[in-house]
Amino acid sequence: MLWIAQRASAAVLALCVAVHLATMIYAIRGGLSAAEILGRTRGSAGWLAFYSLFVLAVTVHAPIGLRPILGEWLRWRGASRDLFLLALAMLLAGLGMRALLGVFR
Amino acid sequence: MVLTTPATIAVRVWRGGAAGVFQAFEVPRHESQTVLDVVTYIQRSLDATLAYRYACRVGMCGSCAMMVNGRARWTCRTHIDLVLQDRKDITIAPLRNLPVIRDLVTDMREFFDKWARAKGRFQGRVSRNEDFERIKPDDPDRVQVDAGIECIGCAVCYASCDVVAWNPDYLGPAALNRAWTLIKDARDAKTMARLRAVAGDAGCHSCHTHLSCTERCPKSISPTAGIAGLKRAVVSAVVGKAF
Amino acid sequence: MHVGTWAALVHRVSGILLVLFLPGHFIALGSALEGAAAFDSFLAWTEQPLVKLSEWGIVLALAAHLGGGLRVLALEFLPWRDWQKSLAAVAAAAAIAVSLAFALAL
Repeated sequence: MLWIAQRASAAVLALCVAVHLATMIYAIRGGLSAAEILGRTRGSAGWLAFYSLFVLAVTVHAPIGLRPILGEWLRWRGASRDLFLLALAMLLAGLGMRALLGVFR
Repeated sequence: MVLTTPATIAVRVWRGGAAGVFQAFEVPRHESQTVLDVVTYIQRSLDATLAYRYACRVGMCGSCAMMVNGRARWTCRTHIDLVLQDRKDITIAPLRNLPVIRDLVTDMREFFDKWARAKGRFQGRVSRNEDFERIKPDDPDRVQVDAGIECIGCAVCYASCDVVAWNPDYLGPAALNRAWTLIKDARDAKTMARLRAVAGDAGCHSCHTHLSCTERCPKSISPTAGIAGLKRAVVSAVVGKAF
Repeated sequence: MHVGTWAALVHRVSGILLVLFLPGHFIALGSALEGAAAFDSFLAWTEQPLVKLSEWGIVLALAAHLGGGLRVLALEFLPWRDWQKSLAAVAAAAAIAVSLAFALAL
């Protein structure tokens, strides 16, 4: 049931994005440096859990959201579209996990 | 300064089928004139070959809807004053999202076929030998039915819907609104079949809540609200089955 | 076009922008795997005005998408009738507020 997955992930993302935006605005005061970012993230189980949930929700949300856009604006429907979206989900999950590894390890 | 009403209105009317051109007419201006009056004047006095559709002239039959200055309207209840508010001319075209037969007449088969596809036909659960269902006027379900039941099938919502334009299979606001009023009807027996019919890519979950149908409905119905109800009802049915 | 159509269009376009942005964002953060130095060289790259401007754009897109999403959730799950139109305005205001905060912090 794509619709409910989309709404459920949206609800999770609404929280995540609000926290992410607030953190971001707080963090960029006075410029960004690797040391500052990594100092905050490395070894922080709380942030790791939060951003893991964030990445997971994005992996669900983005491909499902793209699905009707491909159908309605590019007339791309059928199995090839869904296969492409599955690949996109894998790509987002893979890159997202790699990013988490980079920032939290 | 004296405000004067111009004696005539410049009207451009679609002529032809899918391919065609706008033809210009000058129509005398009257008080309390409707867009349908203008079209009728053209057909009776200027060009008898103009094809258009109407029946009741009082906003009940739903047959006279057209695009007026790019916006779908019921022409019999649309005053010229309203559409001339900030311009001097009127452009009248056949309804969007439907195949044009000729001039202002569209082929509405697909529109009504979609009502059938959405299982828009009432199916009772009792025979005439049994007592009738008692539904209070303030019953919550009955209130929801009331909100959507006054649809006259004019296809203004269908012509206004972007999803219909982008996804020709989409059932559209009117058919889905009809399905919703039947699902909320305690006497109807086909709820599950109907929920199956309105789920999926052609059904309620393709609605992106642009609210064009709600914005344009001449009867002030909100198909968007009904479609939102369908979205939740389908999920409840699926979840209910799983547990 | 009326306010609901605009809200939906902004929601859709901002969503597309975010999907395009995300892989790059993840790859950039992943560069920290190669050590803080690689990450710092990326951060230096982001100091260019054009990149800064795009960053502001993507934050605006994120805020707008959040606002638009809350609008959709409210329309689909809350009993609504008359206050529907205000939703698009609230979503827009929230998006502008967040992006302004980001721009000022920049």
